[in-house]
Amino acid sequence: MPQYFRKRINYAGWASDLRSSYPSMHRLGVLFLTVLCSAAASAFGAPVVPAAGVSTSKGKVDFVRDIQPMISGKCLSCHGPRKQEGHLRWDNKESALTGGEHGPNIIPGNSGKSRLIQLVTSTNDDDIMPQKGDPLTDAQVSVLRAWIDQGANWPASASVEIVDPRKHWAFKAPVRPAPPSVKNKKWVRNPIDDFVLAKLEEEKLSPSPEADRATLLRRVSLDLTGLPPTIEEVQEFVNDRSPDAYKRQVERLLASPHYGECWARHWLDVAHYADSNGYEKDLTRSIWPYRDWVINAYNENMPFDQFAIDQLAGDMLPNATPEEKAATGFLRNSMLNEEGGIDPEQFRIQGIIERMDVLGKSFLGLTINCCQCHNHKYDPISQKEYYQLFAFLNNDDEPAMEIPDKKTEAARDGIRDTIAKMEDEMLTKTPGIAGKMEAWEKKMAGVKRDWTVLDPSAFYGSVGTKFNKQDDGSLLATGSNPPFSEYSVTCKTKLKGITAFRLEALPDPNLPYNGPGRAENGNFVLSEFSVQAGTNKVVLTNATADFSQAGFSVAAAIDGIITNKIGWAVEDLPGRRNRYRQAVFETVTPVGDGNEITLKFALNQSYGSEHTIGRFRISASTGDRPVQADPLSPHGREILAIARANRTAAQERELFNFYRVSDPELAEANNKIDDEQGKWPTAPTTLVLQARAEPRETHIFKRGDWQKQGELVTPGVPSILHPLPPGQPLNRLTLAKWLVDKKNPTLARVIVNRIWQEYFGRGIVVTSEDFGTQGDKPTHPKLLDWLATEFMNSRWDVKHIQRLIAESATYRQSSVITPQMWERDQYNSLLARGPRVRVDAEIIRDIALSAGGLLDLKVGGPSVYPPIPDGVLTLGYGAPMAWKTKADDRYRRGMYTFAKRSVPYPSLQVFDAPTGESPCTRRIRSNTPLQALTTLNDPVYVEAAQAMAMRVWKNGGKDEKSRINYAFELCTGRQPGPSEVATISSLLNDESDYFENSTVRAVKVASHDPKNPPEDVNLHKVAAWTMVSRVLLNMDETITKE
Amino acid sequence: MNLNEYHREEGKKLLTRRYFFKECGMGLGALALASLLRGTDAGAAPAVNRMDPLGPRSPQFAPKAKRVIYLFQAGGPSQLDMFNYRPALEKYDGHPIPAEFVKNQRYAFIKPDAALFASQFKFAKHGRCGTVLSEVQPHLAEVVDDIAVINSMTTVAFNHAPGQIFMNTGATQFGRPSMGAWVTYGLGSVARDLPGFVVLSSAGGTSGGAGNWGAGFLPTVYQGVPFRRSGDPILYLANPPGITPQMQRRSLDALKALNQERLDVVGDPEISTRINSFEMAYRMQTSAPELMDITKESKETLEMYGAEPGKSSFANNCLLARRLVERGVRFVQLFHEAWDHHSDVTGNVRKECGLTDKPCAALIKDLKQRGLLEDTLVIWGGEFGRTPMVETNKEAGRSMGRDHHPQAFTMWLAGGGVKPGLTLGKTDEFGFNITEDPVPVHDLQATILYLLGFDHTKLTYHFQGRDFRLTDVEGEVVKKLLA
Repeated sequence: MPQYFRKRINYAGWASDLRSSYPSMHRLGVLFLTVLCSAAASAFGAPVVPAAGVSTSKGKVDFVRDIQPMISGKCLSCHGPRKQEGHLRWDNKESALTGGEHGPNIIPGNSGKSRLIQLVTSTNDDDIMPQKGDPLTDAQVSVLRAWIDQGANWPASASVEIVDPRKHWAFKAPVRPAPPSVKNKKWVRNPIDDFVLAKLEEEKLSPSPEADRATLLRRVSLDLTGLPPTIEEVQEFVNDRSPDAYKRQVERLLASPHYGECWARHWLDVAHYADSNGYEKDLTRSIWPYRDWVINAYNENMPFDQFAIDQLAGDMLPNATPEEKAATGFLRNSMLNEEGGIDPEQFRIQGIIERMDVLGKSFLGLTINCCQCHNHKYDPISQKEYYQLFAFLNNDDEPAMEIPDKKTEAARDGIRDTIAKMEDEMLTKTPGIAGKMEAWEKKMAGVKRDWTVLDPSAFYGSVGTKFNKQDDGSLLATGSNPPFSEYSVTCKTKLKGITAFRLEALPDPNLPYNGPGRAENGNFVLSEFSVQAGTNKVVLTNATADFSQAGFSVAAAIDGIITNKIGWAVEDLPGRRNRYRQAVFETVTPVGDGNEITLKFALNQSYGSEHTIGRFRISASTGDRPVQADPLSPHGREILAIARANRTAAQERELFNFYRVSDPELAEANNKIDDEQGKWPTAPTTLVLQARAEPRETHIFKRGDWQKQGELVTPGVPSILHPLPPGQPLNRLTLAKWLVDKKNPTLARVIVNRIWQEYFGRGIVVTSEDFGTQGDKPTHPKLLDWLATEFMNSRWDVKHIQRLIAESATYRQSSVITPQMWERDQYNSLLARGPRVRVDAEIIRDIALSAGGLLDLKVGGPSVYPPIPDGVLTLGYGAPMAWKTKADDRYRRGMYTFAKRSVPYPSLQVFDAPTGESPCTRRIRSNTPLQALTTLNDPVYVEAAQAMAMRVWKNGGKDEKSRINYAFELCTGRQPGPSEVATISSLLNDESDYFENSTVRAVKVASHDPKNPPEDVNLHKVAAWTMVSRVLLNMDETITKE
Repeated sequence: MNLNEYHREEGKKLLTRRYFFKECGMGLGALALASLLRGTDAGAAPAVNRMDPLGPRSPQFAPKAKRVIYLFQAGGPSQLDMFNYRPALEKYDGHPIPAEFVKNQRYAFIKPDAALFASQFKFAKHGRCGTVLSEVQPHLAEVVDDIAVINSMTTVAFNHAPGQIFMNTGATQFGRPSMGAWVTYGLGSVARDLPGFVVLSSAGGTSGGAGNWGAGFLPTVYQGVPFRRSGDPILYLANPPGITPQMQRRSLDALKALNQERLDVVGDPEISTRINSFEMAYRMQTSAPELMDITKESKETLEMYGAEPGKSSFANNCLLARRLVERGVRFVQLFHEAWDHHSDVTGNVRKECGLTDKPCAALIKDLKQRGLLEDTLVIWGGEFGRTPMVETNKEAGRSMGRDHHPQAFTMWLAGGGVKPGLTLGKTDEFGFNITEDPVPVHDLQATILYLLGFDHTKLTYHFQGRDFRLTDVEGEVVKKLLA
């Protein structure tokens, strides 16, 4: 506890350049226990001598006027808010008078005995103060003496207040406050308004009137679904005079599938979702099923505690469903470096550090990542506690898991059933099969299997592959995944007379589809397997394997050709792939004489496209020849070892499968089964977490350097927060449950604050990622606590909070800013008006496409590739990725655009969409010329303008006036005023006149495919309307939530 | 007070006073608009005006350099084949490097006992200063008295993406603002119709990607704008098909009128910023193509750089860099991603020097003859250097190359208050470790900011609970580099 006893100051009269400085973590508190002895009379009774050149009124020294500026200039850089050398600070009266570790510096009334005077007048370089900068002038020393002799009067108002960070508001659990009483009760729609209005009344301000209906519906539609309302929706609402008209709109929007999209996107910003791995290679990853999961969770209004638990530990729930596992993609959004020649462990750890950052910002609202190198400078969290949290996240395998949807699952079940029936038929209709299988089992039981695993003492992968040695003697390839590689493995052995070597290719959850290879589908091609004993090449012969892919026989692995594409590969039919495989190579002459020899194996893999082995193990046999690959897998062996009568039906069937492929007489039936198996539908994969059986050890990294391991830590949580539930295993699931414990002081506040932020453009706590001592204070602390407790009491009902906010009078205010209001409250922190905020990047695109009637509202699915300008992708490293725009990709919502970290999609990035490189809890909203160029000239926006023009021409009514109204409504949801109509009309007429004389231009402007212009319209007119539409789409109002 | 707080305060004052009592109250007339858009160095306050965040600002103290051209040589050029002559490598060529050098050093590709590999080039002293260069940089040799070579650069990252990100943002993890973004945030830009921070690239795409010129948590307006190699220099610069500049003007006039009308109703100053943005965009549509048009450069100038109109090359980019800084652009960064010579380092260094040596030297000469070198800082270098040991790897088809080497490498600086003719730092006989005057990356960054008039510890931005800066928690100004 004492180690956290750090202080925060509030400023009182100190120079303004200190306002931005912050205290460091030096401890002070305990030093205040000593009480300064009273101002005893000076033994010397030094007279008061006003210093020459210093104006003191009647010789009286004034602390604020005469002393404080001197202290600010001379003392505070070492004894102030940033540093407290000697545990002393000169901006706090108590500290200054009590003194630091050297005791009191001032004896009021006795400058002669005051240590301070001795120090500032010292001639010893080690003692003199200040240590940095010029010494005090004689005049300054005189004033200082006079001040002390006059009693060292220091008004309390000139002393900064030092606050214990452990008492910081955010570390205390919210207590539900009663809504305050207000005068204007009529205005209040729900308790939110009580809190807001109470503050406004306190400030003698009145709320703004309610926004007009068209504005209000557009606002709430954009906030809840990210889509503008249709003209019909606006009209319906404007004409709906029933008292619950607005409420029903809110309900309609909350029930829309686009609600989930809109709010998932905010969450994905924090999760730093992207479709590529980041770093140099920045290869594509498949994690969109996680995005779908988030969308669905919002749409189903999943309680937030479950939402959190599933994402942090869905895989550890009892009987975890594929959906719950997909949810753990949350933490897999960390980046992955696959650059050649990296140390994979370094970047695995970097990934966990990213996950810690996400955990801190998304759920805790704390900048715990500050503790990676040292104790938090401002918040009471230690470096050790950081690594204790880290220990919870450090124990996972990182698979890409297949997530079959229900349709795929049903199809697979059908295939399984059909094959089972075919097998049953085989069993019942093949004469004598039972006897043959029994004989086969006996034969299998007799297969020689005296293998000794060779322990690799050195291993090296060319082109940057690195290996993790596993407990079973196998090597797991990690890090850089080069297209081809040579693995060299050195083993020492004392075996005598080795007759064969066995290479096992092992599945592993960290490999694609479990491996055993590292190609996209988990396959590999072993071009050549060779061995050297000492300096002699070992000649190999009689290669056998439990399975060889057609055209990739195991014999090719000892054909002596290293760098060809031919070799042993193991891809079976879909649904039967990604299994344990083995190859056995006999030696021509026995190797080893009983003395230790060094064996050097070379595994050449020259096929390309990452067809390298992911995990493998080498063994040797000294058994009698022939030594051959075991047709049975280790699992098959386990079944075989079970007495027939004790096997389950499933085990029996599995064993039968090994048998039937070995029996040439069953070839025809086997082929039929293979045909059926070939129909097996594949499913997309998604990145998930999978807890390891054996947790990793976690150490503190000294100064954050992963190569400098310090103390070993066990999983734990920061002591400033609530304790872990007792008696639970220290794993991710417990961490998740701890996080959503109602005792958690930050979670509910953090989440309701981020919801609030999306409505009002800024949170009740503006620094929505940081509720620590350095974060902003809440503008409405009681409102925040009320919402937080309401959230928990409603069983974490997210839509309930949305309703409360959306239906509040506070939210429904007009966003018009008067000059008085601007003077008073530029950032609208008092909420005397509604929000007016430029919408997010993706929504700008959605608005344009929807005005043009082009927007494709399909929800979910893989990311899409809308057209991207030439040259953008080449800014990333290496060959530009294939960006194939399919017809369906062009008009999907902006949030589905493929997010490549190193090359963000230009029109989204320019409007401040995050790049997925770190968690983003709140977006910047910039306003730049490049944005103007984008919405003016990006072909997507031009196409939207063209489509909108056609719409206006065809559906906008018969005359110019009604068309102008229609066009304006498509963009803003409201009718234009007379002078707006005049401006538009004037532009329309100018352009119409222009195009009358230029058909060629008219076709170019009106149609995005000038070779096939639309036929049934007046293109001169549509071209003029395209120009008008383009202007309307570029209006500030169009891309702003008003 | 740190800069961003200062900006905030000043911006607030400006908006409240000027905006409401002058412009908003009276309606945003042409005169007021003109004053908003005016861009001169004179009387510019060091405050970010929310309506004009790129407006020029003064630094914290009198600067030596007012603008930067950073010639980023991505991939890691071989200092041992270009600058740092190590005769011992010739003597021990082909011998394994002694183990005491390598210790526990990790390598990207090679085995730790790889053989030493001498440069195949001849080295000689050049200029009055006697700076050593290899024969592949004959043009740089001509301006060697104007540059300061640092043979003792050292970095913490030995993979490309983290190395580039570290050099450009001061952190090995992604997400921090780049140097150009920090500088543009600190100084704004004098250019009123071009971005303040421009990125030009030749050869391959960079390992660090857009993070190399990103704004991180700084406002997006400070992000580097990559100019394209062909077509429009800036994305979406050209009007859509069929739309002439006159039509564009008509549209923008109508748009301005509509935005103005809304501003009058809702009173949100953000709208006037938007009006401003559209006007600047319109000016960019003229100024950027004019900038890119190098046909009006003299024949001598084109020849000096080796630039050819209509081509995309490092040489053209060097010439464009000069044109950009002439037009007031604050930070120009060239990326030439071509130096990752794991194989045939001799042939490849010769080839890349053939593409870059002449234009680099021409840029120095050209800036000098135009009086721009004295307050333009030119920086040349990559993310790390290359090993004294050879890299040979038959699977990858590599031979006679060099692996990544973060311990010691070379960069050079010129102009803008840098001591000309200097060679700073020494390494051991193999060029493996630094023996004298190490310059860590954060020190270089601190020095660059110092030359621009900033105490690197005070150019900060408050984000997520702390004041961030380019140099993280490190950095000392390298006094020896200063003129």
